[in-house]
Amino acid sequence: MTTAQAPAAALIKPRAARTAPIPRSVSPLRRGDGRSGWLFLAPFGVFYLVFLIGPTIYMIVASFFNTSMVHTDLGSFAGFANYAEMLTRPDFWSAMWHTLQFTIYTTPPLVILAFIFAVLTNRVRRGQWFFRLAFFLPFILPSATISLIWVFVFTPATGLWAFMQQSLGMTPGNGILANPNTAMIGIAIATVWWTLGFNFVLYLAGLQDIPRELYEAAAVDGASNWSQIRYITLPLLGRTTTLVILLQIIASLKIFDQVYLMTSGGPGVSTQVALGLVTGTAFTDNRVGAASAASVLLFIVIVAVAVIRQLFDRAAARREA
Amino acid sequence: MTTTAVRPGKRPSYVSGAAPAANAGRIGTSGKTFQIVSVIVLVVFAIIWLIPSLFALKTSLTDNGVAALGAQAILTNWNPTLHSFASFFQAGDIWNWYLASGITSVITALLTVFFASMAAFALSRLRFRGRNVSFLLVILGIMIPTQVLIVPIFQMLNWMSLLNTYWSVIFPQVPAVIAVFIFKQFFDGIPAEMEEAARIDGANRWQVYWSLILPLSRPVLAAVSILTFVGVWNNLLLPLFVLSNPNLMTIPVGLATVQSSFGQRYADIQAGAILAALPLIILYLIFQRQIVEGVTGSGLKG
Repeated sequence: MTTAQAPAAALIKPRAARTAPIPRSVSPLRRGDGRSGWLFLAPFGVFYLVFLIGPTIYMIVASFFNTSMVHTDLGSFAGFANYAEMLTRPDFWSAMWHTLQFTIYTTPPLVILAFIFAVLTNRVRRGQWFFRLAFFLPFILPSATISLIWVFVFTPATGLWAFMQQSLGMTPGNGILANPNTAMIGIAIATVWWTLGFNFVLYLAGLQDIPRELYEAAAVDGASNWSQIRYITLPLLGRTTTLVILLQIIASLKIFDQVYLMTSGGPGVSTQVALGLVTGTAFTDNRVGAASAASVLLFIVIVAVAVIRQLFDRAAARREA
Repeated sequence: MTTTAVRPGKRPSYVSGAAPAANAGRIGTSGKTFQIVSVIVLVVFAIIWLIPSLFALKTSLTDNGVAALGAQAILTNWNPTLHSFASFFQAGDIWNWYLASGITSVITALLTVFFASMAAFALSRLRFRGRNVSFLLVILGIMIPTQVLIVPIFQMLNWMSLLNTYWSVIFPQVPAVIAVFIFKQFFDGIPAEMEEAARIDGANRWQVYWSLILPLSRPVLAAVSILTFVGVWNNLLLPLFVLSNPNLMTIPVGLATVQSSFGQRYADIQAGAILAALPLIILYLIFQRQIVEGVTGSGLKG
């Protein structure tokens, strides 16, 4: 896919691809690259090591110890006890289940609606900016704003949601977020509204890639709009769709903000998710070791999906090459 | 009616003349119907998508007493008031939150763009032992989910005695590996001849980076700066746990306290939600293109 470039590559197209690397021995200009290279890498490298690699290693180490928030040392060695505890704790599995539930609720609408909105927006000749604004703007707003708006929309009995339900002749009940069976649906609705714009712009970028000549040829052959979408757009956006689904799974595994702000994991623990469990175990129970074990498990799942994504990307790139 | 209608974009038709007349007529009609249906569907959904924001705006302009009566009262009230916004500004907390969010977002964006572009310059333009390994580390870093590292990052900051300082929000967000990747890709496309000419004229590597590569990369520098700014402004998880001093709270953390402490003052709550989003809405209206293309690019690559 040719739009899979850095953002600015779309703004300014650099004039030519870089020429072949110059052999070190030939060019006197290359002498001393080594020292400069490390100097240029150093500032970023320090932050990378201290705040990315360091914490990753510390997390893995602490997961084998009874580390607590109260003491600065690692605490006594625990072996696999933290892992055994997490893997047998019902709230760990329920948090994982809620994360899966969230993924199942949000992925289909986020993929299907974003696809439809993008395809239609791409075909509309006037006012594209308006649809871009309507669908994309929520995505760049803070989760706190989104949560305050939706908690208010979902206010039991008097909120906008209840008002609409009443207008449609339904009984509003005691509020979508207050009921353990529907609270996650409420969070999912807010999330779809919030993040659809991301998939929307990814699909719009994918659509730019489809050669217009395909549609023109199809139109000459008498293909209707519907057949053009069905037989040209849909298959050619397959790669974007896989990407969108994988990114959505990764984002779902990391969900925290909306849950924390809208329900705090409640009612009860009905919307508690993995990262909520991690932070609760660490910052409320002061049990860094156990929280680290849960973090490592979550880390492994997310990296596994990210690796699948990379492999998929490579394979797709090879197929197209 | 020509076949132009069925094609995306604004390109003039060059097919219609060659297309069989009967066909062209049929496509034209169905194209027109399709356009109308598309616009109606889109407008309906766009309105649905705008309703929550507009409802929040309407509520924020309503008296707290009326807002407490519910959606119907809010929608049928026609006495707009700026009272909620005024009380927010008078209470003063919002200024601290703006200050904290502004300082942390700007400094993080500057440090990220500066350090990441330097690293990308080394990876793209310099030949040295360890370059490939460094680049591999960058690619691996993209896969690390930083949110999951919140507990060890908290511990690190605790050891460094940085908790409850702006630095505790800034430093952990500086190593945005995706930024190095995006910069490197852009630098790779700048012709080597320009750099060599500058070097032969006596420029050293720093001058090549600072006076040649950076000025040529303004669009990508702008895009990454804006996206970093938005990301830090919106981050809840990190400041929530590393800042406990109310005077240092960023906007999202401050708003989290609004939710619990304001109770039924719905108009005030919605005013807070809008005030938190306002700088970003302004930013979007100014830098629409950079933001959309930046988000797309980092989504496709990240």
